[in-house]
Amino acid sequence: MRFAVPIFPGSNCDWDCIHGVEDVLGEEVKPVWHQTSDLDGFDAVILPGGFSYGDYLRAGALARYSPVMESVVNAANEGKLVIGICNGFQILQETGLLPGALMQNNHLQFRCNFTTLRVENNQTPFTNQYKLGETIEIPIAHGQGNFTCDPNTLMELQANNQILFRYAGTNPNGSLDQIAGITNRNGNVLGMMPHPERAIVDWMGSADGTRLFTSMLQAWKENQGAA
Amino acid sequence: MLHESTQTVAQAVKTIANEPTPENIRDQELYRNMGVLPEEYDQICGHLGRLPSWTEVGIYSVMWSEHCSYKNSKPLLRKFPTSGPRVLQGPGEGAGVIDIGDNQAVVFKIESHNHPTAVEPFQGAATGVGGIIRDVFSMGARPVALLNSLRFGELESPHVRYLFDHAVAGIAHYGNCIGIPTVGGEVVFDPSYEGNPLVNAMCVGVLEHHELQKGIATGVGNPIIYVGASTGRDGIHGATFASEELNEESEEKRSAVQVGDPFVEKLLLEACIEMVKKEMLLGIQDMGAAGLTCSSAEMAAKGGVGLEMNLDLVPQRESGMTPYEIMLSESQERMLLVVETGREHEVKEVCDRWGLQSAVVGRVTEGNRYQILHQGDLITDIPVNTLVDDAPIYEREAREPAYYTEFEKVDAYDQVKEVDPQAAFYKVLGSSNVASKRYVYQQYDHMVRTSTAVRPGSDAAVVVIRGTEKALAMSTDGNGRYVYLDPEQGGRIAVAESARNVVCSGAEPLGVTDCLNFGSPEKPEVYWQLSKAIDGMSEACHALSTPVIGGNVSLYNETNGQSIFPTPVIGMVGLIEKREHITTQAFQQAGDSVLLLGDTKVELGGSELQHLMTGSISGRPPVLDCKAEQTLQAALLDAIRQGMIQSAHDLAEGGLALAVAESAMSGKCGVRIDWKNELPTIAALYSETQSRVMVSVRSEDRAEMIAFFQERGVPVHEVGVVTEEPTIAISYNGQVVVHDSLASITQLYEEAILCKMKASSMN
Repeated sequence: MRFAVPIFPGSNCDWDCIHGVEDVLGEEVKPVWHQTSDLDGFDAVILPGGFSYGDYLRAGALARYSPVMESVVNAANEGKLVIGICNGFQILQETGLLPGALMQNNHLQFRCNFTTLRVENNQTPFTNQYKLGETIEIPIAHGQGNFTCDPNTLMELQANNQILFRYAGTNPNGSLDQIAGITNRNGNVLGMMPHPERAIVDWMGSADGTRLFTSMLQAWKENQGAA
Repeated sequence: MLHESTQTVAQAVKTIANEPTPENIRDQELYRNMGVLPEEYDQICGHLGRLPSWTEVGIYSVMWSEHCSYKNSKPLLRKFPTSGPRVLQGPGEGAGVIDIGDNQAVVFKIESHNHPTAVEPFQGAATGVGGIIRDVFSMGARPVALLNSLRFGELESPHVRYLFDHAVAGIAHYGNCIGIPTVGGEVVFDPSYEGNPLVNAMCVGVLEHHELQKGIATGVGNPIIYVGASTGRDGIHGATFASEELNEESEEKRSAVQVGDPFVEKLLLEACIEMVKKEMLLGIQDMGAAGLTCSSAEMAAKGGVGLEMNLDLVPQRESGMTPYEIMLSESQERMLLVVETGREHEVKEVCDRWGLQSAVVGRVTEGNRYQILHQGDLITDIPVNTLVDDAPIYEREAREPAYYTEFEKVDAYDQVKEVDPQAAFYKVLGSSNVASKRYVYQQYDHMVRTSTAVRPGSDAAVVVIRGTEKALAMSTDGNGRYVYLDPEQGGRIAVAESARNVVCSGAEPLGVTDCLNFGSPEKPEVYWQLSKAIDGMSEACHALSTPVIGGNVSLYNETNGQSIFPTPVIGMVGLIEKREHITTQAFQQAGDSVLLLGDTKVELGGSELQHLMTGSISGRPPVLDCKAEQTLQAALLDAIRQGMIQSAHDLAEGGLALAVAESAMSGKCGVRIDWKNELPTIAALYSETQSRVMVSVRSEDRAEMIAFFQERGVPVHEVGVVTEEPTIAISYNGQVVVHDSLASITQLYEEAILCKMKASSMN
């Protein structure tokens, strides 16, 4: 399986994601410059966290115009797996691949700590290695992770089982319905504020993030087998 | 070559329209406005062989400021040990460098940004972080961690809450955006810092030996390349501002505070590291304090060459900037490079790809002339060595302050002996100085780069080095109260405690970077504090084999004539050989025995308890015996490396009682302390005696460990046991002092600072 990790000016979790794939899966993973417009050789895309373009204007608002995002949209439309973590989630919303918006945290401060998430749907390419309803420990680090959307969108997200993760303990940022991560309608594009790549060995404080990576590999293998 | 550069007398230079003429400057003593003294002005005239222009006086004034020249501290700084078998680079470059084996080295430095923070806390603190990061990557290193050491007045004051909140947010803003984890530090509140907060920022980086860079200009004819943000009118005369006392007019100097852009610095960082990896650079230096002036002059002086710069080529943020403004601007996120002729396009290519400006602004010349051109005119011509090597040096008068003699008679124990030991526990636990700093560190991204193995809240932070078994432990420490009461003891303690913190995490201390925050050296009592503190620090650095590889001096920390407590801050880095040696302060397992290493004395002068109970500090601080400290640290490190230590925690503010509580809270374990000793209860539990560490060991290793420490000459006291039951129970000589649930103690500890900050929003 081949992963692409696009690097925007100001990305800072790019190498953490690359190391995450290498260390957990040992699969091929490549950094991809934001001016690249060809992702044909890749099976999955990880949009990393950071402060693309300094978060100027609005988090993710400028990165969406990078040439690489056109090919990310194409990859998503082809059914390839796309995951946006933190700033990557913000970029996916700005691009329109995911609904809603991420506002400033309700307490107005940046927040970095471990959060407890509940896995709300394990029938997806990103969560098939988790148990339904299980709680996992994954850290957050953001100033703008306060998920919001209009009531109809929320109903759709709930009705279609698009909410994969909710904050199970304290809501760290004021997110609507405790939402920590959602997919698109097709289930192949995930956006989440917590950082699974920061929880892959015990000395990091938790290894619960590993199964997000193994889930993707599992889904890809099944898909290969079916094809 | 525009000008003959081998001549020895400076050429006449043009006076810029609307600027004072050289004669005006002399007759009206205008140089005084830039902090230049009459005798210094005379020296400048001597060096030039003529009267200096406005720009030239400005250049001398920043180069000869305390911040750049150490003119008041240099004779004292020479006492520090600065070399050692592992030291690859001592003081004098952007940051010091120490070998850590496998062809790798660690680079680190601490620096103050106190005055900017006092007048504009968010940008002042943010740019302090930005500056120290540039110091580290200008050495060729990849920054891997940030730490800080902060001092504020007490949180009861609304202005202090504003300074504290905005300074922390500024530090968070810069570090989080650039993606370097802020893994540790300390925050202390004391009335002494009310008008003059301290923000000391430290950065740690890692490089391969061959990647080590220097700030040097070499090769006549080679281009000098400016990279990064444009030059604007911000931060003009920042270095001079940093070398004065604060007063009511300081607020007007807000324009001397720089404005940071961490996004541009991220691009600059990546571009510079790429150029280092591609071996493109001959010299590289950050434009930090004194901006373009300091970086270019120091590079030329170090290379023994002259240089010529054309200011018309410098990228500028606004039109109509004068040479004076361009030369003295401290706009952030700029770097100066020297490369071989013919490689300019390679630099441009890298910078273009990262979306950074770059411009050839000058050339290396033969001789020693520092020549600046502006709109076709020569506007500065200075022998460059006189800027860097000939700064005046002052040996100030030192006088023992009256308080020091008076305090000898004070019995600190006597002041607190009637305090109820149980009430003392809750009082100390909830004090801002002891309580959890989660309010602060949860605003810092401390996990980015996925290398942080010990997060904030333990004695030292630990960052692993990917691809190896090694890890780096790091800590910042300083106790201004102890130093005020006895600068020599306080200096020793600062070094010893930071080394102890690093050892507690399983590391061998490698070296020190220091930030000396003091009042005005022109006051004999302050100079005495500085001198004695350096004596104490030097002695401890010798004893613990931790050379000082760089640092920063911040003098004139005064508000309206009142000095801060003398506050040397130590940044210590240690090497952990194997990840399995990483140890924290957290109790691990019920049944483990709790041992107290080191003897306790009646030492309450300068203690947190004394301050809380009497509202001030007096008497003498704890005494530090360097030999005992060294013995303790060596034995503890050996025990950790043998895998015998479950947890280790330095005893600091609040003494044994607080160390017990902290280890229990970190480990989410209960503990039962039942200790019998001859000391009075208050002293046994709250003395801040040095060279003590509380460890926990597996019950089956208990006897062996007691024997081990005794054999090594370390006093051992078995004081208790880790328990399943989530209760903190402390008894002394059979008397119950504390018996409370872990949950309620944790709540008090975790929420103390938040409560004080919340109170602010209701005012």
